[in-house]
Amino acid sequence: MSQIDELISKFQEVSNHPQKTVLNYKQQGKRLVGMMPYYAPEEIVYAAGCLPVGMFGAQKPQIAAARTYLPPFACSLMQADMELQLNGTYDCLDAVIFSVPCDTLRCMSQKWHGKAPVIVFTHPQNRKIRPAVDFLKAEYEHVRAELERILGVKISDLAIQEAINVYNENRRAMREFCDVAAQYPQIFTPVKRHDVIKARWFMDKAEHTALIRQLIDAVKKEPVQPWNGKKVVLSGIMAEPDEFLDIFNEFNIAVVADDLAQESRQFRTDVPSGIDPLEQLAQQWQDFDGCPLALNPDKPRGQMLIDMTKKYKADAVVVCMMRFCDPEEFDYPIYKPEFEEAGVRYTVLDLDIESPSLEQLRTRIQAFSEIL
Amino acid sequence: MSEEKTVDIESMSAKDALGYFLPKVDEDARKAKKEGRLVCWSASVAPPEFCTAMDIAIVYPETHAAGIGARHGAPAMLEVAENKGYNQDICSYCRVNMGYMELIKQEALTGKTPEVLKNSPASPIPLPDVVLTCNNICNTLLKWYENLAKELNVPLINIDVPFNHEFPVTKHAKQYIVGEFKHAISQLEELCGRPFDYEKFFEVQKQTQRSIAAWNKIATYFKYKPSPLNGFDLFNYMGLAVAARSLNYSEITFNKFLKELDEKVANKKWAFGDNEKSRVIWEGIAVWIALGHTFKELKGQGALMTGSAYPGMWDVSYEPGNLESMAEAYSRTYINCCLEQRGAVLEKVVRDGKCDGLIMHQNRSCKNMSLLNNEGGQRVQKNLGVPYVIFDGDQTDARNFSEAQFDTRVEALTEMMADKKASEGGNH
Repeated sequence: MSQIDELISKFQEVSNHPQKTVLNYKQQGKRLVGMMPYYAPEEIVYAAGCLPVGMFGAQKPQIAAARTYLPPFACSLMQADMELQLNGTYDCLDAVIFSVPCDTLRCMSQKWHGKAPVIVFTHPQNRKIRPAVDFLKAEYEHVRAELERILGVKISDLAIQEAINVYNENRRAMREFCDVAAQYPQIFTPVKRHDVIKARWFMDKAEHTALIRQLIDAVKKEPVQPWNGKKVVLSGIMAEPDEFLDIFNEFNIAVVADDLAQESRQFRTDVPSGIDPLEQLAQQWQDFDGCPLALNPDKPRGQMLIDMTKKYKADAVVVCMMRFCDPEEFDYPIYKPEFEEAGVRYTVLDLDIESPSLEQLRTRIQAFSEIL
Repeated sequence: MSEEKTVDIESMSAKDALGYFLPKVDEDARKAKKEGRLVCWSASVAPPEFCTAMDIAIVYPETHAAGIGARHGAPAMLEVAENKGYNQDICSYCRVNMGYMELIKQEALTGKTPEVLKNSPASPIPLPDVVLTCNNICNTLLKWYENLAKELNVPLINIDVPFNHEFPVTKHAKQYIVGEFKHAISQLEELCGRPFDYEKFFEVQKQTQRSIAAWNKIATYFKYKPSPLNGFDLFNYMGLAVAARSLNYSEITFNKFLKELDEKVANKKWAFGDNEKSRVIWEGIAVWIALGHTFKELKGQGALMTGSAYPGMWDVSYEPGNLESMAEAYSRTYINCCLEQRGAVLEKVVRDGKCDGLIMHQNRSCKNMSLLNNEGGQRVQKNLGVPYVIFDGDQTDARNFSEAQFDTRVEALTEMMADKKASEGGNH
């Protein structure tokens, strides 16, 4: 096994077995804090000496008990999270942090059925004005105070500054990784690329960064080969299950960049430096853009995606449309004509992580690859 | 003003006043546009006080969409929006509005009225110069107005009221909202090219409080058993609470209605006559596309609606001149609050309306009002012993509502209510 394969398999081991991974940390004495999607301040959790754990559902979850608590028009990600609360998967968590940027999450935050205590905070959505920073800083103070109370720890400003450094370092490494991976589609199949990125949701970020750096160094030693397939940028909430990404591989389509809430949206904006860590974290929310869960009447997402296709010489944008995710659905009528005007090709694939209609997706992706 | 002289508002009944003033809101906006004044499109529980103080006419897309739905004009608008890329999963009020907006935009660009618009029963409203949103009832209104601002290239005034995961509203949330009010004022000053009119603003705040006081008083008539007030009337009069609470239109109409209710009480003229068999609370938005059917089915069972938390969302009582008090009022909407507060409001409505049952609208268009229905219903059942049913529906998309299912659920509720009464020792 080459060094590259070995490193990638380490990430895949984590991504394919998140529960086993986080329980290992727990056995080593680290407490686990669940981070519900989207954009909860992981740095505060990290500063408490805990492991922030991603809660982006599961691969093809079997939804049963959740049906009692959610109507069919809640997205499959939230259905999955509800099921994992009910079936005990999340019982290993010591606390859970909820943000509430969509209507489904507002309600989900009020009907938690897991064992861990829940901390809820609200992101401001008039983001570009100064009072929004003050508000979010106060909300983060609430998160800190609640974590301190639940976990019986003290979370100092200094510890949060250190966590910010660890996280910014990971963000920089991840952006570099994405750029490098785009050069080596022969190595990074869509699933492998996804697994390397996904692993950061279940690993200590400092450890993840160290492994990413090793991987980047190893890959860069390899010669860049010409790619005879097509290249796409993925956009949306997430691109799972793996069988979905495998279809791209089947038709020789590489993922050269993404704009997914589970992936690049997590690390494209650094936390600015400063002397007040909670304010810095709040400023990051002000600086962040291009996600439908972060309001901006300029609607920059279309242009951001157009720029991404140019930067990565991608042939198209593939929209991974999470069914019943109305924030994502709202952006589509805006960027669609922008893509058309800019001559950017695109397709929209309806995704449901519970029952992903793989055959239908295969037909759509095949037809799209032929058009490209 | 000259127009008002020719209309004898004094002698109008409340119903006539409603029929006069509600279309007048749209008419005022058309007139404003013609005279070169500004027009704003606003979310239904966004604060109108700022725009009204600056003489900006306001129309309300949600009310407009409900009107289109009630007149069976929604399918054509939904189709236009869906062809544009608006997914069927998105709120049908929004899709109706996006369809309508698209058509009047085309009309403005080409000078030709699209056929669909010609054939629509929609009340004509002008394109906005500014849009105003507030997410105290849902976050969907953020995305909807974000798109309107972009599509129409007009400024967005956003009064973001953060979800109250704790209640009462926190100090820092109120301070943030006050900061937004101040930002909105500077946006309006820039848009209007003149300083904000603080004196008029104070007067508008006072007017709003008078309107709201009258609105709140109407719901108190549910204390009578039998009730002189039919809850479905609240759905009708609510149009003015939404669209004209900062104008005297609503105050005049609501006071007339209150007077009529007093007369009904004095003359023992009850909403269902002698046929008030049970009293129910309606939780959620009305099914505008089937308002008649839902009312008749309930009436057929002798089930009078004597409460709904929904019209209470316009209880924006605050102290004029105090921005923090105003911020609190616009933030505390029950569906912008944690389950504890939401449940407490629901229970109060059940108690105040002396309700025997709870009927909950699982609204395909409103996740925020639907996803906690079970929890709300269970709480009311546990604490007050009042049974509940949930039916699937939609406010303005007929594809998501089934009359038969609604009827079955109402019958089930009626039986549960009757069983309960029987077990408690007969009718009382």
